[in-house]
Amino acid sequence: MQELIDRALDAAERSGASYADIRLVERESESLTVKNGAMESAEAQRTAGLGVRLLIDGAWGFASSALLEPDEAERVAREAAEVARASATARRDPVQLDDTPPAGGRYATPVREDPFSVSLDEKVRILLEADREMAGVPGVTIREGSLDWARERKTFASSEGAHTEQEIVEAGGGIEATAVNDSEVQLRSYPQGGGGQLVTSGFEAVRRLDLPGNGRRIAEEAVALLEAPQCPAGEMTVILESSQVALQVHESCGHPIELDRVLGMEASFAGTSFLTVDKLDDFRYGSDLVNIDADATAPEGLGTFGWDDEGVPAQNVPIVSAGEFVGYLTSRETAPRIGRRSMGSSRAWGWNRIPLIRMTNVSLRPGNGGELEDLISDTNEGIYLETNRSWSIDDRRLNFQFGTQVGWLIKNGRRTTLVRNPTYTGITPRFWGSCDAIAGASSWMQWGVPNCGKGEPMQTGHVGHGASPARFRKVQVGVGRW
Amino acid sequence: MVNGAQHDPEAARRLLAKTLSSVRGGEAEALYMARDFGLTRFANSQIHQNVIEHDATVRVRLTDDGRTGVASTNRLDNEGLRDVVARAVAIRDRAARNPDAAPLPDGGSTPHATLGSAEATTTADPSTRAQEAKAVIAAADGANLIASGAFSTETQTMAVANSRGVERSETSTLAKLITVVMDDAGGSGYSQAVSIDASDVDGAAVGAEAVDTARRSAGARDVDPGEYPVVLEPFAIGTVLEYLSFISFNALAVEEGRSFMELGRQVMGKNVDIWDDGCDLSGTPSTIDYEGVPKRRVDLVSGGTATGLVHDSMTARRAGTESTGHGLPAPNTWGPLAWNLFMAAGARSADDLIGQLDRGIWVTRFHYVNIVHAKKGILTGMTKDGTFLVEGGKVVRPIRNLRFTQSIPNAFSQIAAIGAETRLVAAEYSGINARVPALLIDRFAFTGATAADGPG
Repeated sequence: MQELIDRALDAAERSGASYADIRLVERESESLTVKNGAMESAEAQRTAGLGVRLLIDGAWGFASSALLEPDEAERVAREAAEVARASATARRDPVQLDDTPPAGGRYATPVREDPFSVSLDEKVRILLEADREMAGVPGVTIREGSLDWARERKTFASSEGAHTEQEIVEAGGGIEATAVNDSEVQLRSYPQGGGGQLVTSGFEAVRRLDLPGNGRRIAEEAVALLEAPQCPAGEMTVILESSQVALQVHESCGHPIELDRVLGMEASFAGTSFLTVDKLDDFRYGSDLVNIDADATAPEGLGTFGWDDEGVPAQNVPIVSAGEFVGYLTSRETAPRIGRRSMGSSRAWGWNRIPLIRMTNVSLRPGNGGELEDLISDTNEGIYLETNRSWSIDDRRLNFQFGTQVGWLIKNGRRTTLVRNPTYTGITPRFWGSCDAIAGASSWMQWGVPNCGKGEPMQTGHVGHGASPARFRKVQVGVGRW
Repeated sequence: MVNGAQHDPEAARRLLAKTLSSVRGGEAEALYMARDFGLTRFANSQIHQNVIEHDATVRVRLTDDGRTGVASTNRLDNEGLRDVVARAVAIRDRAARNPDAAPLPDGGSTPHATLGSAEATTTADPSTRAQEAKAVIAAADGANLIASGAFSTETQTMAVANSRGVERSETSTLAKLITVVMDDAGGSGYSQAVSIDASDVDGAAVGAEAVDTARRSAGARDVDPGEYPVVLEPFAIGTVLEYLSFISFNALAVEEGRSFMELGRQVMGKNVDIWDDGCDLSGTPSTIDYEGVPKRRVDLVSGGTATGLVHDSMTARRAGTESTGHGLPAPNTWGPLAWNLFMAAGARSADDLIGQLDRGIWVTRFHYVNIVHAKKGILTGMTKDGTFLVEGGKVVRPIRNLRFTQSIPNAFSQIAAIGAETRLVAAEYSGINARVPALLIDRFAFTGATAADGPG
């Protein structure tokens, strides 16, 4: 491996690069799906390769290859140099990196039970047991459960002398019950929508989910939703369950604090951000209760690592402090533009992609609102919304609309009527400004979002969000004609 | 620039034969996918990201008595191929039996297909892409605007072989240039060009179209959300069809009751014809699917009636029909996918469509669309890069971006007029490309608006 690194970095230097780095990445991932009582799919994927990124005349070039051979590493470096020279023909502001010291060391996800060592029989057993629980509920049309686990080994080295090695292990899963009639499709997922929960951990995270123990409940709710009334429309108090708060943080805080977006570097695809640099330390993002940080060291966070893909150590930085906007997610290229050093959130999805600013674990800190049931009992009238079903937000991350799988009306501090197809919409700072209660640490969960799309070519980032249930006032609920 | 060796169809077929020769028992399928990809990205009117990727993968699907195992690797030496087969065997042999599992497709050997490939794309290099990026930037510079975008060129070779005699392969290419041009006052414009042939992509023309919209959209003001007649440009219609493909035209979605499509039923207006055709050169042809089945044209909606669905081997078996050649790589729990979509043109010029709006909204494109309710075909998303208020058939002023929440079958039942010209549109997030016209729709629900800035 060292020969690959040396050959690539030497070739980069000989090509005139003022800076170069190389990443060697091997990722093994496996997944298993059980559907309607039968094993629907089982897959093992393995991909490995190297990527060389370099700067010539202040312009970036990147090339990658699946061939892990010294000659190829050298060729890829020369190709990256050719790309950089093409970039330089349309460069206006030379790239300048911050002064992060070169990093060195090893990091590995703490794992108690290696997910690759757990037998397929055991994994199928868990899913079939959950499936049987769902199948026991009359009216369920589709039952599905899946498990996912992965191991990524990554070596990073740079012309500045950085050399880090990391092994990241992920595991998780989820179940879903769907009920269908002539006009409706209603689904309930556990523990969250969109394929389940994923964290950096061993298989102990899967066992802790207790998928079988939640099968019957979600199946019953899916069936009940078919006959439930449509969610009413109007302005009302909303309590969000913690995985929906996590997605709300993802879309309306995590993305707009990406400094590359703010600086226009994603303008043609994902968009820009309303959190322009003039707002740093001078903008009220939310109510006094709202405290958000980006913590790449959080236990089991899907955005937890030792160093980012520029060799910057994992760290925890404040983003919103008592409602005030105080920090961005940054990279070595962007941080100097606001007079700071990178806080370490530049990450690439695989060997064939460049590092971009990605969320780490952007989390809403717990409040003092007790448990979810305390929030509900403290609410005279409103609606409680659980588990994401749909999401959309504008290109500056202001106007959002979410749908959840289920809602319950709240009357006099109690959950009352189950309602279907709930949606809510708002404008980001107004919404967070209306937050008047956040449940406490005992309700706080670290959620994984394994499908965060960004960049061209598209990169599917794995990021995390911690959140407790939270309450928001005067929210527009029940959007559209049903 | 491509790595020629990984696009040699004979070499690919030999590799698959070698892979399959080591499998004992049951049925076996091997899928080879090679990709040479380059993308030059620009923002703030300069190239800021520029990448090249070479990769090739073999995916093995083994089935035996209802048990299936799938494994993939991009290590294609003898050891890598032995390992991928061993991993697929290990999964297959320990898998639970699925009585519903379909046999692999039957078939034969056909010559290597190149209908969807062009040499100019295969030979495009970083300087080719930089040249067109600079043409876009120059157009923006000329109008004192800021350009962002990306130009990608791609060559893909796919080969499929299975133990039931399928042996097919195809090389295809794609060139795609997208730009968003903006000013400091909130004006923005969009354009894209997509073709199998990079020499068809004209950066100056793409830049000029985006600049024109950006100039006209500067100084946008609010308009109240509500139901309006709309003219949706082809960029917006392409996005809508992309999502209909995900949720509606797929035989698995219909089988499971998740789609509004019901064969023989009127699901849209009688002036709507939508089909999928992977062999039409006016699109971006891909003539075989990931199971090695040749693609057939499928008329999905004809005269507003649901007339067809796309199938893979699994859904076809359960429906008692044949695969239409729309299978995705195994294991596939999503079902088949239509990704070469067409919508029939009408007779109206673009000016005619706008001219018919008494008071309505003209939408250039949609952004961040998502599914609110699949069975009802309800989507939500934002307008972007040029939204205008039209009164008395004339454009009155640009307006701030609006959010729509709308049932698409309902909207497509109220199409008052269809543009005479179609445009090939690349989807924002997926590989679905669609050739579509502009539409005038009598009623379209805008349910919110973005804020000017900050909390407002």
